[in-house]
Amino acid sequence: MKEVSVAELQEKAIELRKTAITMIFEAQSGHPGGSLSAADIITALYFKEMNIDPQNPKWEDRDRFVLSKGHVAPIQYAALALRGFVSYENVYKLRQYGSPFQGHPDMKKCPGIDISTGSLGQGLSCGVGMALAGKRDEKDYRVFAMVGDGECQEGQIWEAVQTAVKYKLDNLIVFVDNNRLQIDGFCEEIMPLQDIEKKFEVFGFETKRIDGHSMEEIVQTLDEVTKAKNGKPKCIIADTIKGKGVSYMEDICSWHGVAPNEQEYEQALEELAGGLR
Amino acid sequence: MSLTEKAVITKKATREAFGDEIVKLGKENKNIYVVDIDIGKSCKTGEFIKQLPNQHVNVGIAEQNGAGLAAGLATTGKIPFISTYAVFGSLRMAEQIRQEACYPNLNVKVACSHGGLTPGSDGGSHQAVEDMGVYRTMPNMTVIMGADYHSTRKLIEQAANTYGPMYLRFTRDAVPMIYDENEEFEIGKAKQLKDGNDVAIIANGDTVYLALQAAKQLEEEGISVKLLDMHTIKPLDRNAVVECLEIGKIVTVEDHNILNGLGSAVSEVVAEEGKGKVKRIGIQDRFGESAPYEKLMELNGITIENIVTSAKELLN
Ligand SMILES: Cc1ncc(C[n+]2csc(CCOP(=O)(O)OP(=O)(O)O)c2C)c(N)n1
Ligand SMILES: [Mg+2]
Repeated sequence: MKEVSVAELQEKAIELRKTAITMIFEAQSGHPGGSLSAADIITALYFKEMNIDPQNPKWEDRDRFVLSKGHVAPIQYAALALRGFVSYENVYKLRQYGSPFQGHPDMKKCPGIDISTGSLGQGLSCGVGMALAGKRDEKDYRVFAMVGDGECQEGQIWEAVQTAVKYKLDNLIVFVDNNRLQIDGFCEEIMPLQDIEKKFEVFGFETKRIDGHSMEEIVQTLDEVTKAKNGKPKCIIADTIKGKGVSYMEDICSWHGVAPNEQEYEQALEELAGGLR
Repeated sequence: MSLTEKAVITKKATREAFGDEIVKLGKENKNIYVVDIDIGKSCKTGEFIKQLPNQHVNVGIAEQNGAGLAAGLATTGKIPFISTYAVFGSLRMAEQIRQEACYPNLNVKVACSHGGLTPGSDGGSHQAVEDMGVYRTMPNMTVIMGADYHSTRKLIEQAANTYGPMYLRFTRDAVPMIYDENEEFEIGKAKQLKDGNDVAIIANGDTVYLALQAAKQLEEEGISVKLLDMHTIKPLDRNAVVECLEIGKIVTVEDHNILNGLGSAVSEVVAEEGKGKVKRIGIQDRFGESAPYEKLMELNGITIENIVTSAKELLN
């Protein structure tokens, strides 16, 4: 855990957004919408909460992070580049041959990736395995995971959830990036999730609901849930906006998986320079 | 066989063939259904959704559920086409398709875009190298990959009109058009593109165009080539392979693992017949990675040059 102010984190979150957008623009491929909705949480984790060491990315006692919604790799790559796990040059090599920044996170190619993901619904189970090992080995590390709201339509998510509860994994903290959108439209139209918070709760998780773009709330909630050693895994439902920070992307489904053109890119950087509205 | 120069340079992804053909089929037959799994946009079912909403279902991001639901639809006489990416359509729902579509021999079609190395930039997690092999080993299953837009449309049409579980694989990227729209295709029957007597090349999917170019090059050097488009790898057109044994030298080409795909299927026949030699060109039993599609093909030796070289090696 690092001493860093909310204001500094907010600034960092803007830098992460710019970096991710630059990556996607340079590659002319990638997923901006869900990268931007996840940006503030990823920033709080990588620049404050997680005990990690860029010099020793495989350190046994490190906190783990599982990006179960692996398609938003660019925002995690931005964190890894700005945190010094990989050189910044890779920002210009997203999805290119030989790059550590593969289309979806690849633990064999990129330092700081704790598990390869990309096929939705699977990552959380891996996070449960890591947390379970932590308990058995009596280690203090925590496992943070992020799942998409659309991703929660996969049955495997709920298989992982029930297992985390059975094994009392209070060292597992799951964020749901609740941006209300998936590929084909709003989750509400494609496959309604009903009350996602209640669902986690009745499965046995301790739940919180926050504004996923309020750095204060993210930091404070992380502080609370990581202190609660009560035998319950934690779930933070983060209400977010897909595309947050770039006006023309916000809440627009079609920005799920397309790159901005030059003019759109310039506008994105300009808007981000002004901070989050 | 009409191979106009114009047709050869035009390119279209075969997932577009699915998007176009399924609308036509759905209008003709109210039993045709599309089961989307939150990638309708990418799998080109948009027009179907617009025109035939009552024959459409989107189960959200839940492949296994989609497969089971399709089997349920099939028990009532509907003809569901499950629409997703090849990795998810062949692996995430593999057991559901085995237990609920293949085992009871139901009329379920699994129609998948992003076959082989065609989703280049997405990386290894999204490149299906083993999908056709997985389905080739399931009893009752038919496994098809068309070479271009028009042949794929024809094969989809026939799949809809032929009973039984089937796996149809499409390209994400645009591939050259080889056939004109009046060309006929039959599931389970190889399409002969060239007749010759020095070497046989058997290809499928996006590699047929490469094989065709290689054949032309070989012919220019005075080597006579027999070329087959083996769009159906199961049931395999055994007779067509046996006929190639009169030449006895066969190069197979596929955008799939060399294990358990077209090359394996052909080799099985050749071994059983006890004569002839096969060289397999395909993905070298390794996962893909992020790179342009052409680069990935090159890394695996799936190129015109390598087809030419392999054919010559067999001749020596
Ligand atoms: C098993 C699986 N099915 C389908 C996909 C294709 N896909 C990629 S992103 C996506 C939508 C994800 O929606 P959500 O989880 O809400 O993520 P976000 O909105 O944050 O982008 C889909 C269906 C996939 N990657 N994995
Ligand atoms: Mg979402």
